[in-house]
Amino acid sequence: MVVDELTDERVDELFHALADTTRRDILRRCVPGEPSVSRLARAYPMSFAAVQKHVAVLEHAGLVTKERRGREQLVRTDAAAVGRARQALDELERTWRGRVDRMSDLLAHGAEIKANNSQTKGTR
Amino acid sequence: MSITSLDTDPENLTLTLIADFNAPIDRVWELWSDPRKLEKWWGPPGYPATFEKHELVAGGEATYFMAGPEGAKHWGAWRVTAVDPPTSLEFTDAFADADGKPVTDMPTHEVTVRLMERDGGTRMEMRSKFESREAMEKLVDTGMVEGLREAVGQMDALVA
Repeated sequence: MVVDELTDERVDELFHALADTTRRDILRRCVPGEPSVSRLARAYPMSFAAVQKHVAVLEHAGLVTKERRGREQLVRTDAAAVGRARQALDELERTWRGRVDRMSDLLAHGAEIKANNSQTKGTR
Repeated sequence: MSITSLDTDPENLTLTLIADFNAPIDRVWELWSDPRKLEKWWGPPGYPATFEKHELVAGGEATYFMAGPEGAKHWGAWRVTAVDPPTSLEFTDAFADADGKPVTDMPTHEVTVRLMERDGGTRMEMRSKFESREAMEKLVDTGMVEGLREAVGQMDALVA
């Protein structure tokens, strides 16, 4: 995962990988799908080898993985996808933590004296 | 803290939480079944929810909007799939347009709620599952998450 234990060296690699317009574009194309290297190569006015090199830099930085399928090499952003999945779940988690807090406040306030003072809610 | 456990599972796109409330089961059920009570906790602080429709029957529908501080309204809709008071509720929560109609290209959550009596109080088990990985990623892409983050920021301010 990209965010785990970022040493200075890793950060350098990441920034180097992301410092190039073509590489950022490749990364964008890999987020929803898994294009093959040859399909990516057709999208840019440069040689197959040059595109392959860009993919290798991204791969080295841990931003994409390559998988051979038949004669093609598919480029994937699994780590990023999992990271994004985490992000969505983290948000959902916060939403529900907030909801459960409010539910228990409502239950407590109903049972005891009706204290309608929202300022005191956060002390638990 | 009422939350006894909370697990997120990115592989299965699922959030599972267990909360224990110090209240009888009927009162916890009312937080779901009474729309006026539901409104008090469904939306984050600063985004109070208003339920315009609230049919807690299988095949029924609930529609709501959350009004932001700037007056913008965020609509949502539940499609209720199963209800068994006061212990069980299942529904799909979707984004909706201003008529309360679910927006089909936005992600939905399947929500399952179970209530049970336990140690003189009530245990709530809630499971929320994204329909698909694509849908979940779309949620991140559309800036919805950023919006939520702002909402949560205000939440922190309110409870500080």
